Amino acid sequence: MERKEWPLWEVFIRSRNGLDHKHCGSVHAPDPRMALQVARDVYTRRMEGVSIWVVKASDIVASDPDAKPELFDPAEDKIYRHPTFYKLPDEVNHM
Amino acid sequence: MASKQEHTEYVLRIGDNALILGQRLSEWCGHAPVLEEDMALANMALDLIGQARMLLTHAGQLEGAGRDEDQLAFLRTEAHYRNLTLCELPNEDFARTVVRNFLFSSFQVLLWARLSGSTDAELAAIAAKSLKEARYHQQHAGDWVIRLGDGTAESHRRSQVALDYLWPYTAELFAPAPSDDKVVAAGIGPAWPSLEADWEAQVVPVLNEATLTVPARTPFKSFGKFGRHSEHMGHLLATMQIMQRTYPGARW
Amino acid sequence: MYTQALDIPQKDADERGPRAVESPAYEAEFNARIDAGEFIEPKDWMPEKYRKTLIRQISQHAHSEIVGMLPEGNWITRAPSLKRKAILLAKVQDEGGHGLYLYAAAETLGVSRDELYEALLSGKAKYSSIFNYPTLNWADIGVIGWLVDGAAIMNQIPLCKCSYGPYARAMIRVCKEESFHQRQGYDALLQMMKGTAGQREMVQDAVNRWWWPSIMMFGPHDKDSIHVESARWGIKRISNDDLRQKFVDATVKQAEVLGVTLPDPDLKWNAERGHYDFGAIDWDEFWSVVKGDGQCNVDRIAARRKAWDDGAWVREAALAFAEKQAAREKVAA
Repeated sequence: MERKEWPLWEVFIRSRNGLDHKHCGSVHAPDPRMALQVARDVYTRRMEGVSIWVVKASDIVASDPDAKPELFDPAEDKIYRHPTFYKLPDEVNHM
Repeated sequence: MASKQEHTEYVLRIGDNALILGQRLSEWCGHAPVLEEDMALANMALDLIGQARMLLTHAGQLEGAGRDEDQLAFLRTEAHYRNLTLCELPNEDFARTVVRNFLFSSFQVLLWARLSGSTDAELAAIAAKSLKEARYHQQHAGDWVIRLGDGTAESHRRSQVALDYLWPYTAELFAPAPSDDKVVAAGIGPAWPSLEADWEAQVVPVLNEATLTVPARTPFKSFGKFGRHSEHMGHLLATMQIMQRTYPGARW
Repeated sequence: MYTQALDIPQKDADERGPRAVESPAYEAEFNARIDAGEFIEPKDWMPEKYRKTLIRQISQHAHSEIVGMLPEGNWITRAPSLKRKAILLAKVQDEGGHGLYLYAAAETLGVSRDELYEALLSGKAKYSSIFNYPTLNWADIGVIGWLVDGAAIMNQIPLCKCSYGPYARAMIRVCKEESFHQRQGYDALLQMMKGTAGQREMVQDAVNRWWWPSIMMFGPHDKDSIHVESARWGIKRISNDDLRQKFVDATVKQAEVLGVTLPDPDLKWNAERGHYDFGAIDWDEFWSVVKGDGQCNVDRIAARRKAWDDGAWVREAALAFAEKQAAREKVAA
């Protein structure tokens, strides 16, 4: 059977101003306008958002989970990037 | 000064539109062409039922006979409903549903905008809230009218059939109601004919973009807003009223 | 709403994952991650059987939500008050939303929603058999909220911690919304029990019909149910019988407050066990409904099939229009 499915869109919602858009799921829609409307009906029925992004799933470039070691492990030994690396005298330690 | 009865009747005209179209749209729940539209149509039905609740409550208070939203919604006889015939017609298919939603929500957008300046403060508050909902309905339905009108040959055919069927009923939207004259004079709400030109200015360009032919006006008249309904209304009410009729006096 | 049919096998289409290579080294690494309580995410390597089990479970769950819209949808146009009509419509709409969250989660496993949906419509895929019972009076709506959604919540909460990230996240969303479903049902019943004799009669009638199907929702007894792998993989964390017992224990008190009788003469407190004992479940009935002989199996699928078939021209038109638009934009650019 021939299947012609509406394209898949990934949905990102900003729950309130001051916060990042966060991925929350996906919807099917024939065009961007409807993708936005559908995302609104499916993911913000209880005032969960103030802004929505929809992105065609096929347009997303993702890192390969197999490449995790080379992408993310090198950050592991750069502990001097974290504030807790530095022991300061108690009087000024809230710095 | 508009009489209590005239004022009540004017509010009922608006409230019954929302009630009856909300009832029709709720029939789609679980049966729409895609799940996404199940969600969208249910949302619109919820908006309309919410509007109906506020307006019928308000009408009951204006009337002053102790009737609440449910007594007005479920316990009137057919001739006492004041909705436009357009709202009670069966859904038929998705084309008729979205074309009707577009024609009606475009009317509602104009009406709410005018009513938000009403001398009836309660009505003005309801209008301000409902205007946002109606704008969304108009956008959603308008998008669909264009998609279907300019989609495939089949969707174009169905949309034109729907428009040809519904168009004659739109004359009723703007038919003058002499009993509303004093209400209009009191600044409670607009006279119906005064909405027509703006409505056409909003509706016709979208129908053109949808490559649909706007039908010519004919002598056809419908009278739902005066209480003379179509054959479909009785069936809608039979379904909607069954529980209240079967269990008189029960609270839910 | 929910599916009990977590462990009912069905023939899967030959879906292929992103990395279908099976290797003992990968599998050992995968098992170690599960044991460490890590979440598995869509593009991570996973055993083919894990993927298939999840697709089956998540899609059965999604189908249940979608079919579950029908028995309650049956009463939307007849709701006895505008408030109850709005609540019911919002609830049934939520179920559609839950179905969509879950289909979206299933799609991350490399299978399309239309494929899954086609399996439902062709009768190949299962859904919760609770929805093959009819809704005969208005109190059914309240009782479904109270008992069926109540059982569902008990079943679903452990799934919020299941090992597959997208499923766990979808379930968190579902569970948040589900509590409204149970409470509105109980609230509607409370109101009816305070009302007329006719209303109370409706409630008792509905409880009589839904009690046993509700406790069957937890699925077969543990001894008859094979969950070794699902438990191993953190997809199923609490056994059917434990959940069922928890549900019965919680419900008895609620029935008392409501003033209804649960239709089980063997239901009584067992001080020794610290739990309620209850009568024998009619598993013949359960399996006959699962296998297609419930009162509404045929009607439910026919209704979904009709909506899908009647909507084909709409879906095609929307795509055709989108293609036209894209072509126009290209010319304009």
